[in-house]
Amino acid sequence: MAFQMTSEQEMIRLMARDFARKELEPHAGRRDREAIFPQDSIRKMGELGLMGMMVPAEYGGSNTGAVSYCLALQEIAYACASTAVTMSVANLSTEPLLRFGNEEQKNTYLVPLAQGRMLGAFAVTEPEAGSDAGSITVRAEDRGDHYLINGTKIFITHGAYADVINLIARTDPKKGSRGLSAFIIEKSFPGFSIGSTEEKMGLRASNTVELIFEDCRVPKENLLGREGQGFAIAMNALDSGRIGISSQAVGIARACLDEAISYARQRRQFGRNIGSFQAIQWMIADMATQIEAAGWLALAAADRKDQGLPFTKEASMAKLFASEVANKAAYKALQIHGGYGYTKEYKVERLYRDARVTTIYEGTSEVQRLVIAREMLKE
Amino acid sequence: MNTVVCMKQVPDTETLIKVQGTGIATDGIKWVMSPYDEFAVEEALQQKEKMKAGAVTIVSLGPDRAIEAIRTGLAMGADNAVHINDSAYYNAADPFATAAVLAAAIKNLQYDCVFLGKQAIDDDSGQVPAMVGELLGIPVITQVLKLEVAADKSKATVTREVEGGQAVIEVSLPVVLSAQKGLNEPRYASLPGIMKAKKKPVDVKTAADLGVTAGPATAIKEMTLPPARQAGKIIGGDDAAAKAAALAKALQEEVKII
Ligand SMILES: Cc1cc2nc3c(=O)[nH]c(=O)nc-3n(C[C@H](O)[C@H](O)[C@H](O)COP(=O)(O)OP(=O)(O)OC[C@H]3O[C@@H](n4cnc5c(N)ncnc54)[C@H](O)[C@@H]3O)c2cc1C
Ligand SMILES: Cc1cc2nc3c(=O)[nH]c(=O)nc-3n(C[C@H](O)[C@H](O)[C@H](O)COP(=O)(O)OP(=O)(O)OC[C@H]3O[C@@H](n4cnc5c(N)ncnc54)[C@H](O)[C@@H]3O)c2cc1C
Repeated sequence: MAFQMTSEQEMIRLMARDFARKELEPHAGRRDREAIFPQDSIRKMGELGLMGMMVPAEYGGSNTGAVSYCLALQEIAYACASTAVTMSVANLSTEPLLRFGNEEQKNTYLVPLAQGRMLGAFAVTEPEAGSDAGSITVRAEDRGDHYLINGTKIFITHGAYADVINLIARTDPKKGSRGLSAFIIEKSFPGFSIGSTEEKMGLRASNTVELIFEDCRVPKENLLGREGQGFAIAMNALDSGRIGISSQAVGIARACLDEAISYARQRRQFGRNIGSFQAIQWMIADMATQIEAAGWLALAAADRKDQGLPFTKEASMAKLFASEVANKAAYKALQIHGGYGYTKEYKVERLYRDARVTTIYEGTSEVQRLVIAREMLKE
Repeated sequence: MNTVVCMKQVPDTETLIKVQGTGIATDGIKWVMSPYDEFAVEEALQQKEKMKAGAVTIVSLGPDRAIEAIRTGLAMGADNAVHINDSAYYNAADPFATAAVLAAAIKNLQYDCVFLGKQAIDDDSGQVPAMVGELLGIPVITQVLKLEVAADKSKATVTREVEGGQAVIEVSLPVVLSAQKGLNEPRYASLPGIMKAKKKPVDVKTAADLGVTAGPATAIKEMTLPPARQAGKIIGGDDAAAKAAALAKALQEEVKII
């Protein structure tokens, strides 16, 4: 058992921290208010290798492993949770290609995604298929030399800015979750378009849109893996994605804690700093303890991934726990700010809104419990 | 073009400094590459990229922990490094002794330019660049804001900061240049760069290995923090005219500046 970062992991963490504090933090508030997608920062992060962290060097990735990914994503999320979800989904989008892509698909798509020259998205959710991803209805019909795709995806992170989209669609209407397949969609494919943009409560600098497929022609060679593998491909990618979201949640929670501490040190009531009241101290102690635990859960899941061990259960536990911790931390941090925390003058107001979605996307807390229980009870 | 960058690891600027003996307490300090040295590393990398040839070598005097800053330079893109790990020299914190070991290490290397920061942000002596140039017997230009090296590497046009303006100087190579803020925008170490840094060669040397015997020319006798800033004074008075009169009186009689 080694709880020690390697020198590379420490350097990656420091670089991400430096980048986040200098490039992201100063603009995070304005981007949130004006709902501006951080395209410029995303490009820079791509050049630094932050968008292909689990991809081997031969495919253009930085091959740092999942632990480094966790550490870097926490630092990015600390400064700007919107940029962090973008980074998380960009990295997640490399997973299906890496695990299931053939050599040609890897060279065409994985390399530019990992190098950050292209941005990848991941499209599973539909209006009638959220937690129940097996009920996807977007249809992909085999037309001999191509597939014809029809239907609508919703809630797709940076769908409007993505060059490449991993799409899960139905190739067999009779087979339930085994009738799904994965496709690689280029934004220029005819019949593909961007629909409406969600007006969100938090993560307002991230882009969340509807994707519309109207007789969209997709070449046969853009089928990822085999027909019927779509659900497995999506679940595999989500396992990794959950490590990302747990790290994002830890980053947001750390920011909440730091805001709470600095406010508690300077706000005076009843002739004293409010940090001297035990009620405030206990909130801070609980936040710090839970965040520490969440951080280790995320790293433990990431470490299993790096070691090539199964990590489905651990990733779900980390995601479940960290996202709930982030929400508790945001609640307490705002509480410590009193009425000021409820205004847009204070950063904690944004953190509170940003934290909220972490228990929802990439599997709600209820779905994580489902996954964990299934793993615990299986014979 | 071959370049050498002298780089020092220093406490992070956000560090709370506590005096201990003739130095500072080092526990809990976060160590970083001195910011002016970041400009120096960046410039060396940019010049190499422009010329599409040559190597960038980092030379650093410091204890074991200095390897972290050296690795950062290698992760930014430098090719190799010389780590002078000799306690007698880094503990002395003496500009001359420092310049002597740096120059001795540089003499063993191929170089067209030697870059340093204009000063290290811990001791702030600012003397090492000039001394290194003197010991190498080559020209020195300090506070560099812009550098253009001729394609044949025979000379360079250098813009340096002077009081209230800039001077443009033509100089023959090799030359020692000290970097001022504004020279460039240092890059972040990329992740592939970080992953490659460990495999790059770092030569560890002592002063004796380099044949240096010169000792320090100075010794620190005492270290104190600047006195705490005194509380300000609020000038009272019934109206603006009375306040202005009281202020003028205070400036004349108490502060004695008018
Ligand atoms: C900002 C944002 C970004 C997103 N980005 C993406 C993206 O990039 N790609 C993508 O494909 N999707 C994305 N999503 C969609 C996200 O993954 C879904 O919102 C999520 O899976 C939940 O689905 P749903 O919203 O349809 O909720 P529902 O599935 O309708 O759930 C509603 C409630 O019912 C509960 N529930 C449902 N089923 C069960 C059950 N079996 N047992 C107990 N409780 C249950 C849920 O936990 C939840 O509380 C994003 C969403 C948001 C908000
Ligand atoms: C939307 C809104 C509407 C409002 N409307 C009105 C209005 O119409 N009229 C009006 O007069 N005010 C109004 N307020 C102000 C509101 O009543 C105050 O925000 C509230 O009383 C808390 O005071 P505070 O914000 O200064 O927080 P603080 O008093 O600074 O509290 C900060 C934190 O310290 C804790 N704390 C403080 N003292 C102690 C202690 N002794 N022991 C333990 N913990 C302590 C608090 O519980 C809190 O968590 C409004 C506020 C908001 C946000």
